[in-house]
Amino acid sequence: MSKLTETFTHFPVVRQKALQAAVRYLLMILFAFLMFGLILLISGKDPLQSYKDILSSTLGSAYGFSEVIVAMIPMLITALAVALPSRVGLINVGGEGQLYLGAAFATFGALTFSSLPAWLLLPLMVLLGMLGGALWAFIPGYLKSIGLVNETITSLLLNSVAPKIIGFLIFGFWHSPMDTVKTANFVAAARLPTFFGTRIHLGLVFGLVLLLVFWLVMKYTRWGLEMRAIGSNPQAARRNGIPLSKYLVIVMCIGGAIAGLAGMAQVSGFYGVLLLNFSMSLGFMGFMICWLAGGEPLGIVLMSFVVAVITTGGNLLQLTRDLPYAVINILLAFTLFVVLARPTFFKGTKS
Amino acid sequence: MTILSILGVLSSAIFSGTSLLYTTLGEVIGERAGIVNLGLEGVLLVSASSGFAVTYLSGSPYLGILVSILAGGLMNMILGYLAITRKANQLASGLALMFFGFGLSALIGKPYVGEKIHSLTRYLLPGTTGLPRVYSSLFKFDILIYLVIPVAFLIWWLLFRTRWGLGLRAVGENADTAYASGRNPRLIRYQALFAGGMLVGLGAAHLSIAYTMNWTEYMTAGRGFIAVALVIFSKWHPLRAIVGALVFSGAVAFQLLLQSSGVQVSPFLLDTIPYILTLVVLIAWGGNRKHSAPASLGRVYQGSE
Repeated sequence: MSKLTETFTHFPVVRQKALQAAVRYLLMILFAFLMFGLILLISGKDPLQSYKDILSSTLGSAYGFSEVIVAMIPMLITALAVALPSRVGLINVGGEGQLYLGAAFATFGALTFSSLPAWLLLPLMVLLGMLGGALWAFIPGYLKSIGLVNETITSLLLNSVAPKIIGFLIFGFWHSPMDTVKTANFVAAARLPTFFGTRIHLGLVFGLVLLLVFWLVMKYTRWGLEMRAIGSNPQAARRNGIPLSKYLVIVMCIGGAIAGLAGMAQVSGFYGVLLLNFSMSLGFMGFMICWLAGGEPLGIVLMSFVVAVITTGGNLLQLTRDLPYAVINILLAFTLFVVLARPTFFKGTKS
Repeated sequence: MTILSILGVLSSAIFSGTSLLYTTLGEVIGERAGIVNLGLEGVLLVSASSGFAVTYLSGSPYLGILVSILAGGLMNMILGYLAITRKANQLASGLALMFFGFGLSALIGKPYVGEKIHSLTRYLLPGTTGLPRVYSSLFKFDILIYLVIPVAFLIWWLLFRTRWGLGLRAVGENADTAYASGRNPRLIRYQALFAGGMLVGLGAAHLSIAYTMNWTEYMTAGRGFIAVALVIFSKWHPLRAIVGALVFSGAVAFQLLLQSSGVQVSPFLLDTIPYILTLVVLIAWGGNRKHSAPASLGRVYQGSE
């Protein structure tokens, strides 16, 4: 018996299930591509050529692949910002707003302390970014914990407020002499380091490490156990002496801090400048990705990758096929629809 | 600050508030049946773009409005299929619908960017005929504006004074109990979503065909989310939705007024007032909010098989 079959017999259930799930997801995504192809065909574009373009521009070259990873970074982090609160039953739809506030706080650091060396300035910006996101998440978290307003509603409302605060700050104080819709470019010390001559920045490490920490905390620590207890039955958890409202506030704030970090990573690692409306639904994408992945770290990485391929490919579709960039959202939505609907003909077992 | 500028601001508030009120009413119906639609933004965009395209092609705004209404109902059917038949998470399904709307509307509307259309005829508000022309031009409204308040009353009557409305609210409160008393929760939720979607489509039609009379990508600029907030603000009640839409567009108008009178306040900060006001009202109502939200809002009806 070879080693491979040995492992197979060792973990028959796990292997089979993982394989089934992988095949199922692949089929679903193929189906979504098929439907989007139909839409392309109807609008008079060549779907095969378009897909060839999307794939060759994203996975076909080292540069394309690196761009996919770059697009994936904020999604990884914002998805985690949803996954953690969801473990205690909190629905954080406010990633978008928390991301903006984190970016604003980090920008404040970058502009005010621009003379500091990078080893001091970057950690400061990270802390500020997380503080901004946490503050924005504290509002829904606190209101929920005292039983006043549902956190879904509050965080949604605050999503609409945050970009306007950014606009106020940029127009009022931070805009560069040349341009009123963005700040001056950050100094080199305020930029996250990039790797291998690509645009992949340290934010990737933030995301992956945080996901790993999340997994470890949930699996091996007392906090993880208590959070799972709250998530499955908050009243029972409270009667067992778990400080429920404290957990709700703190977990929501940590979720917000993570989303704020995503904002910091975007302005410091990707743009190098704070732009008006720079996020373009990243927070909502994080929510979708987290939900599709069932809040599992590995799933978040995989789904972020798929979504990043789609959104990155959209850029090329715009250039070569003369389609509005937003059209790629159709492909994204089809993928989401198919996964959400879990059609029976993929023989998926409903969880 | 002149009377004219105040009236001008008021008039623009009425124009922008109308689509908001239609959209809010549509969402009230859906949420009363227990379905949250976070994808309103997408529904609005698809309705607005398809209605505008048809108006441009056919030359008839009424045909365009009809198409908008249908498009709204059909978009909501996607949400219905996912959230009712496939029992998917409502929030996630709604957001997926929003992304779909972003894309589809951009595709539909692309050939019509910058095009002009013949809009609805505007009629002078009765009783203002004697005013000078500069004033009376501010009181010319299209038929959709005159209809919006009666429609709100109609929805109130449907929800609170008919058997259909009773069934719909029962499903929103507790689908299992409604099922036990002989109603079909799935069918009722589909009906509610379709009716609600048609109203959202009407709101979108007013936005693109009657008010702005053009199509630009992402022209709704957050109206969908405002409507979701307004539904809560109005405690899931169609008549209070009128107040909500008035307060919201009034706040927007007030902010325009401040700007026109030269008060130095950042327009960005003023833009946040309506949202913060909604939040404050929610907090003030905090305690008794539980009694007004449909009890099984957002929950999946698992069925009884």
